[in-house]
Amino acid sequence: MQVIDPSIALEGTTPIEEERVRPVTRRTGADRAFRLTTFGAGTLTLVLMGVIGLFLLVRSWSAISAAGLSFFTTSAWQPDGGAFGIAAVLLGTFLIAFVALGFAVPLAAGGALFITDYAPSKIKTPLVWLVDLLAAVPSLIYGLWGRAYLQPKIIPISEWISTHLGFIPFLKAKPGAGFAASTFIAGVVVALMVLPICTAVMREVFSQAPAGEKEGALALGGTRWGVVRDVVLPFGRGGMVGASMLGLGRALGETIAVTLIISPTFDITRLTHPLETGGNSIASLIALRFSESSSFGISALMAAGLALFVITLLVNAVASLVVSRSRSGASTEI
Amino acid sequence: MPNLTTPDIATTNIEMTAVPDLIETEQRIGLRSIDPTAVFAVVGAAFGAMAFVWLLFTQFTAAGTNIGMFVVWYLVFITMIWVIGREQYDPVRARDLVARVVFWSAGLIIVVPMIAIATYTIAKGVTALTPNFFFQDQSRVGPLSPARVGGASQAIVGTLEQVAIAAIISVPLGILVAIYLNEVGGRLARVVRTIVDAMSAIPSIVAGLFIFASFILAFGGQLSGFAAGLALAVLMLPTVTRTTEVVLRLVPGGLREAGLALGATEWSTTRHVVLPTARSGIVTAVILGVARVIGETAPLLLTTLGAVSMNWSPFEGKQSALPLYVYRLFQLPQEVAIQRAWTGALVLLILVFVLFVTARIIGGRGPGHISRFRRARLAREGLA
Repeated sequence: MQVIDPSIALEGTTPIEEERVRPVTRRTGADRAFRLTTFGAGTLTLVLMGVIGLFLLVRSWSAISAAGLSFFTTSAWQPDGGAFGIAAVLLGTFLIAFVALGFAVPLAAGGALFITDYAPSKIKTPLVWLVDLLAAVPSLIYGLWGRAYLQPKIIPISEWISTHLGFIPFLKAKPGAGFAASTFIAGVVVALMVLPICTAVMREVFSQAPAGEKEGALALGGTRWGVVRDVVLPFGRGGMVGASMLGLGRALGETIAVTLIISPTFDITRLTHPLETGGNSIASLIALRFSESSSFGISALMAAGLALFVITLLVNAVASLVVSRSRSGASTEI
Repeated sequence: MPNLTTPDIATTNIEMTAVPDLIETEQRIGLRSIDPTAVFAVVGAAFGAMAFVWLLFTQFTAAGTNIGMFVVWYLVFITMIWVIGREQYDPVRARDLVARVVFWSAGLIIVVPMIAIATYTIAKGVTALTPNFFFQDQSRVGPLSPARVGGASQAIVGTLEQVAIAAIISVPLGILVAIYLNEVGGRLARVVRTIVDAMSAIPSIVAGLFIFASFILAFGGQLSGFAAGLALAVLMLPTVTRTTEVVLRLVPGGLREAGLALGATEWSTTRHVVLPTARSGIVTAVILGVARVIGETAPLLLTTLGAVSMNWSPFEGKQSALPLYVYRLFQLPQEVAIQRAWTGALVLLILVFVLFVTARIIGGRGPGHISRFRRARLAREGLA
């Protein structure tokens, strides 16, 4: 699980680039070595990132070239039988992530607003600590807890939803289908895991809402809810979208907690009924199949890993962009 | 700014309390102060909703799952508050009261998971937590041995060594990159910052795949603690870099300028002014990095497969690790194995908690804080 530093998400964004006056200096040898070393370290991270993609691509090439475009349309995963593709696991990954966001985003927004605008100042700092601590709890422990404690508590809810809201097609469970180890339960656990990052980023954005405008609204006779609705929320809209996407990026890559909870299925119709037993994700596919795969099977898993890598990078890049855009007006004054 | 969505106060329809008819009847809105009638309304609504739900679920219908009851209770509770608010004040203040209650509930819900996870893990793990958990390995443990026999020393040693390897690689590199981003800068800095951001989002299993593809398949390394350490280093690097960079940015520019103005070179300003000022923050960055990777399981599945007996060497042969130990035992059918897994999870949780609190305490000190120990040394040298 990630330790949160909200600025991780918000960075690359410092809106005002300070123009430092650079005095003309003669650099000593030590200076030049210093600059060169740090520059080298910076370049090394760039190279590392490229190398990660490159190695995954090279190792997955034999599987990709064997499968071709069917890699994206096949739902089964039998690399040694010839038929394998990420259609089912990709769908499962996104379903778990969407269930997770459905719970995490409203809760994170409420929690973040509570911290910035409602909490008494005495409990503000402990709350921020607690959210950060929640982010530091290893994903493994979420998985254990989710399976042992949360799952028995959620199954009756799933049953209830299925019987009473069954008129919505995808919520209707087949008669006789179980409710354990489902996409829904995995999604709830992942929701708890992405909650801290979403809360931290939203709190950061909400706390930047211009104080002058908030005070202005209060001075005009606005209530606290009025201030939140008309100043804080409009100001933080972009940040909320960005925070949700950052949460999406984390949810897509979550491995161990999901692996511990779901019982893997490659059946698309079962996957699209999130309350029923059975779910899947790319990361848990890799974790479960890795040790028992042939070398071609490993190549296929590398291809799945490459797909996950590319997707999370894209989601994260867009999220950073959205968050940074939303902050660009941070310095408005009255 | 063009894409700014700041609301224009003059044109936005802000929620306001009704304009009082007469000046004398003006009522001030207490933003922080607690209005006793409102408290009474909330408590009353809570009890009223409880009574209503009790009637509905036990007297009128026979149905009732616990959670469904709770959801209905909350909805009735909120509605009641709204109605009472309308009766007692006015619609605007009723909405304000409802919003206040909703946000307080959100704050409460955020606290619940942490407490639930901690108490459950403690309750499950504490029974098998004995001293031999730290000093014995699993090599003499049979499927029928009770949970208090044997321990996880091989896993603890493995985790310590792997995290140490990760730290040895990623701490210096991360600090150097942070210095590059903040102190040296340049055209490439922006790109590097973006890439480090992107790195922090790499799924941990992909880091494991990468080390398997490179270190093990391409360079012929073996499945070992060292490979695991490499994978953890990839995950630790962005945390250390970003946290250090944030801390370096907090060092006042005046200090740097003073150093340079005294004729110090860039290197010696960084070495003797910037880094000592940011020392506590950098320690925090390192601890947070360690806390980030200490519980990682997924990359270890691909790089060191785990072992039941002690393997001191991270370079030769498979090695266990605490997260792997927990993960493997939890999936065994025996009750005792699952009990051992919970004990491992408890130790892991305590480790993370201790690391986190240490990081906060150290990080809570301001830049330039001089510890008692250091003050004594400075005094000996006649500097303070």
